[in-house]
This record gives sequence, C-alpha cells and structure tokens, in this order.
Amino acid sequence: MYEHDVIVVGAGGAGLRAAIAANEAGADVAMVSKLHPVRSHTGAAEGGINAALQEGDDWELHAYDTMKGSDYLGDAPAVETLAQDAPEETINLEHWGMPFSREDDGRVSQRPFGGLSYPRTTYAGAETGHHLLHTMYEQVVKRGIQVYDEWYVMDLATTDESDPNDRECHGVVAYDVQSGNIEGFKANQGVVLATGGPGQAFDHTTNAVSCTGDGHAMAYRAGAPIEDMEFIQFHPTSLPSTGVLISEGVRGEGGILYNNEGERFMFEHGYANNSGELASRDVVARAELTEVNEGRGVEDEYVHLDMRHLGEERIMDRLENILHLAEDFEGVDGLVEPMPVKPGQHYAMGGIEVDENGQTCVNGLYAAGECACVSVHGGNRLGGNALPELIVFGKRAGRHAAGEDLGDPEIRTGYGDDVEDETETELPVAPGEAGLDTSGGVAADGGVTADAEGILERTVETARERVDRLMDKDDGVQHAEIRAKLQKAMTDYVNVFRTEEGVKKALEIIRECRQEYQDVYVDDPSKTFNTDLQQTIETRNLIDVAETIALGALVRNEFRGAHWRQENQIRDDENWLKHTLISWDEGEPSIFYRPVILEGENKTYEPKERSY
Amino acid sequence: MSTQQAEPESQEAPEDPEMKGAESPAAEEQKGGGMVDKHAEKRAELEGETVHIKVFRYDPEIEGKQEPRFDDFHVPFEKGMTVLDAVMYARDEYDSSLTFRHSCRQAVCGSDAFFVNGKQRLGCKTQISELEQPVRIEPLPHQEVVKDLVVDMDHFYDQMHTVEPYFQDEDTPDTDALEEQRQSPENREKIKMSSRCIWCGACMSSCNIAAGDNEYLGPAAINKAYKFAMDDREGEEIKEHRLRILEQEHGVWRCQTQFSCTEVCPKDIPLTEHIQELKREAVKKNLKFW
Repeated sequence: MYEHDVIVVGAGGAGLRAAIAANEAGADVAMVSKLHPVRSHTGAAEGGINAALQEGDDWELHAYDTMKGSDYLGDAPAVETLAQDAPEETINLEHWGMPFSREDDGRVSQRPFGGLSYPRTTYAGAETGHHLLHTMYEQVVKRGIQVYDEWYVMDLATTDESDPNDRECHGVVAYDVQSGNIEGFKANQGVVLATGGPGQAFDHTTNAVSCTGDGHAMAYRAGAPIEDMEFIQFHPTSLPSTGVLISEGVRGEGGILYNNEGERFMFEHGYANNSGELASRDVVARAELTEVNEGRGVEDEYVHLDMRHLGEERIMDRLENILHLAEDFEGVDGLVEPMPVKPGQHYAMGGIEVDENGQTCVNGLYAAGECACVSVHGGNRLGGNALPELIVFGKRAGRHAAGEDLGDPEIRTGYGDDVEDETETELPVAPGEAGLDTSGGVAADGGVTADAEGILERTVETARERVDRLMDKDDGVQHAEIRAKLQKAMTDYVNVFRTEEGVKKALEIIRECRQEYQDVYVDDPSKTFNTDLQQTIETRNLIDVAETIALGALVRNEFRGAHWRQENQIRDDENWLKHTLISWDEGEPSIFYRPVILEGENKTYEPKERSY
Repeated sequence: MSTQQAEPESQEAPEDPEMKGAESPAAEEQKGGGMVDKHAEKRAELEGETVHIKVFRYDPEIEGKQEPRFDDFHVPFEKGMTVLDAVMYARDEYDSSLTFRHSCRQAVCGSDAFFVNGKQRLGCKTQISELEQPVRIEPLPHQEVVKDLVVDMDHFYDQMHTVEPYFQDEDTPDTDALEEQRQSPENREKIKMSSRCIWCGACMSSCNIAAGDNEYLGPAAINKAYKFAMDDREGEEIKEHRLRILEQEHGVWRCQTQFSCTEVCPKDIPLTEHIQELKREAVKKNLKFW
C-alpha cells in the first residue's frame, strides 16, 4: 500500500495544477495517472486562456460574457471566481516560463474569441494546451512531486453510509499497467479527481482515446452526484475520418462553409444571417447537420470548409497547423481543395458536482477540470474558458485537499433541503434494472465503521477479484464490441439533434450494453501492459457516463445551449433554470434538481435571449 | 516497472532495398511544390482493398510470444486511414492482445511513435496510402521492448530530467500585481520550434550515438535545454549553469551531426541545428571541453 497526504488522479492541466498547489500548501502529494503526464489530453487544446489582463477589461466583463454564453445555467459564484482568479493564474504561468505569444513591447498577446466582449484570450500560437501542459509538468519535476505514471485508477475507497454526504473517501485502488499489480493508495487528506472528459462515449469525438470518463464513473458510484451531463458541446469543424479538431480560428480568419451545391449555407439557408460561419458552436453544428440531413451534404456525411481564398501567405502565417492536420489526417491539401468537416463531440459542460473549492459531497473527495462541474460553463462553454478553469479550480482543489481554509463555499453539493425531487418523468427502462455487477460502488459493508486501512484493503480485494474474474473467463463478449455499440447509440440518438423517442432508444441500448457487459471477458492472458483489460474496465465507466448523459437529455425537455430538443424548441426559464443531478443510489440512478445561482457579488445576472 | 524485459531479436531496420527506395520519391514529391493531392492516386487504388500490415509481436510472459515474431493482418482500407487506425482495427477486430500506446490521434500526445517501414514515425500522423505494402510496424529501435509495440520510456524521461527541464528565473516579478516578465517576439520566435517537442522519443531512437552511449543526453533532452538556455527571461548565470550541464562528457560534444534526429522529428524541430548552436554558445562562454 502506498500512502500520501493528497492523491491526485489524472495528470493533465487540472491534475498538475492541483498537485503543485497541494505541494505548495505543504502536503505530501502524489499523482496517479494512466498516462505519462505529458501525454494528457490538455496538450491538444488549441485556442487559449481567457483572463482579464488588460486595462479596459475586467473580471466583471469576463463573468458577464461567461454567464450569457452559458445560456444562464452557470452558477454566478463559480463564474465570478473563474473570472477573478484567471488573471493571476495566467501570469503565474508566465512566471513559470510558459512561452506565450508576445506583443512588440514584450507583454503577452491577447486575441478576440467567440462570445467575448473584449479580446482577452491569452495564447501560445495555436498550441496553448501543449505549452500549458508541459510548463506545469516542468514545475512538478522541479518540485520533485511523486508521479505514478501508467497506473490506472480503478476505484475509490469510500465508506458506505446511506447518505453520501456522510461518506468519506480514503484513497484509490490502481493497477500498474506495466506489471499488472493492483495496489491501494491511501490519501490521508484527500483525493482529487482530474480525469478529463468523457468523449469516448461517442464514436466521433475530438477527445483522446483516453478520455473515458473514469473519474465521472468512480465518483458517481461512490455517491457524488453527476451534474448537467446533457450539455455536450459538439464542435462544428472536426475531420470526418478521425474527429481531429480544426480550430475555430479557420472561420475566425474568414474560412467559409459550403454544402454540396456550393452554397454558403449559413447565409443562404438562413441559419445565422448576422454572424454566418461565426455564429456560436451549437448553431453552426446544427446548420451543418441540417444540410446533410436534407441531402445537401458531401457524400451524405459532411460539408466543406474552404480557406483557399485566404491565400497561401496568410494561411502559413496563421493557420499552418491546420494545413498539417488536413494533410496528415485526411490526406487533403488545404491550399488546393476545401477541407471536409462535420460536427464532433468536443467537451462536456457537466461533470462531477463540486463547489467552488473543488469539493464533492463526499468528504475528502475533490474534482477539477473537465470531469468536474462547478459549474462555470452551464449550457454552452465559450472558447478559451476551459483552460482557465483547469488552473483556477485545479489550484483551489489542491489547496483545499491539502488542508488550507478557503472559506465556506456558496455552492451547495449533494442531496439536501435545497433540491427538488424528480417525480414526474417516466423512464423507458426501470433505472438500474440491469445494473448488476457494473455498479461497482462503495467499499465498506453495512455501514460498519472501519478504519481507513481496512476500507482500502477491502477495496483492493474487490478490485483484484474483479480483475481475476475478467481474466479467468474464457469466452463471452469483448469490450470493443460493447463500446462500439454504445458509441454508435450515443452518436445516433444523443447527438446535436435529440428527440424524446431517440433518447429513449439510446437508453434502451445503454441498458443492453450493461446487460452484455455481464458477459465481458479479457482475451489477453498477460499481466504485462494489458490494454485489453484496461479498456474493458474503461468500457464499464463509459456505460455509466453514457447513461447519465442520456438520462439528463431525456428529462430536460427544453432547448438550452447545446441541448436541442425537437419537441421543445424554447428555452424554458420558468421551469428549467436549474441543474440536473443524477446520483447512483443503491444500484440505480436517481434524478434531482438544484436551482441555478444567478446572484453574483455585485449583481444578479438576468437571463436574456441569445441571437446571432 | 516491469523487470522482465528481453531484447527482441528483430530490432534492425528492414534490409529490403525496395522499401528504402520507395521512401525517396515520396519525399522528393513533398519538397517539390506539393500543390497536388499526392495521395489521391494511391488512395483510389486502395479503395475497397485491404491493407497488409506486419506487426511485431512480443510478450515476455506468454509462452507463445516470448520469441519475437511478426503477425500479418489484412485491414480494410478507408480514406484517410493512418497507421494507427490500421493497428487499432487489427486489435479491435482480430486480436485484442495487440498492444501499443496511443491517445490523442492528432500528433500532440507523442505516445504512438513506431518504427514503420524502417523509419521512426508517429502512427497517427502517417497515412497508410503513402507507404509500401506490406507495412512493417515495429517498436522504436534502441529501446527495451515491454510488449509488442510498447517500449520502456524510462531512460528517455530520465535524460529529459537530467537537464533540469524547468524555468529558472532569478527574480520573479510580483504575481499579485500581475507583473509580467517581458519577452520580445523575436526571442519567443527563437525558442518556438524547440518548444514544440512532444517527447515521442523518435529522435532518441534514431540517434546512432545514443544507441552506443547510454549516458548521452540525446537530442530531445538537449533540445529541451535549448528552449530554456535561449530564453532571455532566464538570466546569464542560469544560462551558464545550463551550458555546464550540456558540455559535460556525454553532452553536446557527443553529437556527430548525422541529422537523423532532425529527419524523423514529427514536429519538424531542427534538433541538430539546436545542438550545434549550443556547442557554439559553450565555446563563446569559454567553457572548457571535458
């Protein structure tokens, strides 16, 4: 058994920042990650870091833009904390040597981005995430922070009191990918989940293959509610074959979208008469799919993004990276032909419910980054707001887990007096009916108070038994088959366009996947670097996460931000200025709601219509 | 970390002259203007066909796999298919024990560097249509093989850590007052290419010197040091300290300017030039040779 004060799970932007903060607060901190830190998906971020750095800009403007962008589903205390802390955190990165793009006077550059009232996106070329990741990993090396890389965290060691608010998280169980050894990691002060997004729940995503929602699923099974999962951002320009992202910068520089009839459809078919290609991401994604559905797509699948008219010089100056991506991943030369693009799953606005200090309702359990929902992005995330979220809330989670007093949070977590119970919705399949073995769950038995070591040991034992079962079984279903079926169902029915009937169909398929998972087995008998085993465990997590996405999409019968419902084409502020919360309750999901907090420090954010 | 590692036999570049020959015309075409879709013809040819890949297999633990071998897979070709797509297909459809690292699929995580048709390349960044068949896919040479295409990266990371790979300023400005360190756009431009390294290990694997001298810092670590040494925000004293690390016995002077690192770098970093520049800096600073 390994023992540290703070265990950080995941080593992308949020995890690295949390570890550095915990270390600075005096804690003995260790990072446990299924990848080596520099392989984390934060490295793929392109755009930049929103922070009100310049005169004429201020945090209140940043907060206002973010609340509006969220379609009024962000919580004001979280949004204001993001806007207030981002400048200092961004400058802190500069002090750590991050190679930001520079102005002539040597100051960091900032540029305009969608939905921002001031050019406040700080960037390092079109590779901001890469530099952010490496700069923070360098600081981890400098501080000698222990990193267990290529250790896959399978579960949390949590007590099982009936009320999750009374539960305590004492550590994690992980297996060493290289050797297959399963060990406990005891956290004397706290566990910070920083495991990133769940994009692999969809079969066409800009997310890395490693983005399997492990943190979401582990926290969910430990009793922490999962919040607003129906809000999935689909980026309008990803390459059809791989899902590789083509930055919004192409449209920002003047790139044009065409259908198969050569029409500039954003204008000619009236999707966004003012902003055209530069309307918000949800609007453009819907427009592209409408073209394809109405027979005006190219090869019935995608549309064309054309940047040829920008000229080679300008493209090489500002979009060089895009030429490489189109060439390397699609075999298309962007200088001589338009690039094929279609919407791809890109970002989860929702996640593990946390307060502005990163804490979940389970004592000692924290979450930060894309796996968490504070919530700052609400129904729609603005470009450039994901990276400040990592550093601002990663740092807060790390400090709090290390025992620093950050004051009482304004955001409540867990089930309590301020929530509204779900009673109305008819679910297509009784939730949890096919939960069976896939539930995993809390370790201690019968509410018996055990010491931390005892709880950890029992969780390790359960994990070892589970792996043995998977390895000993000689035939059955392979994870890849179940994963493909799940991904297809999500893409078919819980995509940009959603209908009640479709989402129900998806839920039925998800339940089928849960059932089939009972028969899953691992074909590779080796303990050495067994990716078959790892992906089998990840697939269970994807089933849990996909279910929360689909359930959220089913119950929220309104149209807000990225969540489009055919039957309900209006934003229903009267009934839906509230967060969807789903918690795993004794083997089945239960749904409840908590009101959005629109009251900020100095003002209340009044919902307004968004138009383009 | 796994302790049971064996050096597989087949770690040499393929000797087949035809394969090597097939590399140059493609490279020529790339340099020569590139205004035509150079893969279109090849792609059309492959449409509806399968691609033949030969994948290196080895597992120290499993009896049938302790002796290194190549497995053949025939994978249906799809437009835009990369080497990574092909091995993923083979794994998901034919043999789930086929093992390799991969994550982002877009050339930034650096985890899927393989030895493809005798050259270090990122699997995700290499179009199948530009390769001669059968496509031979092996683990990176000169690194211990853990299993199949997975190599032990510990030595690579250790070398990276040796050069103190973190920013060291002498006088941090006031963070609360949001005071920045100024850096000219020109200085930023100077370190730009060096900062693009994704730690894939292709350069280290291609370097003959590194292959024969385990203590040689190697192109990746030296490039990492270059990024800091050339950054004006670090002071002169630190720069000198960095150059002392670099001009040690197994540092920059070991480089024999064979350019193999530069040739295989998937991010087009001029590694060899960076190493030469650091040599010149060391001489200028009057640092003595070891």
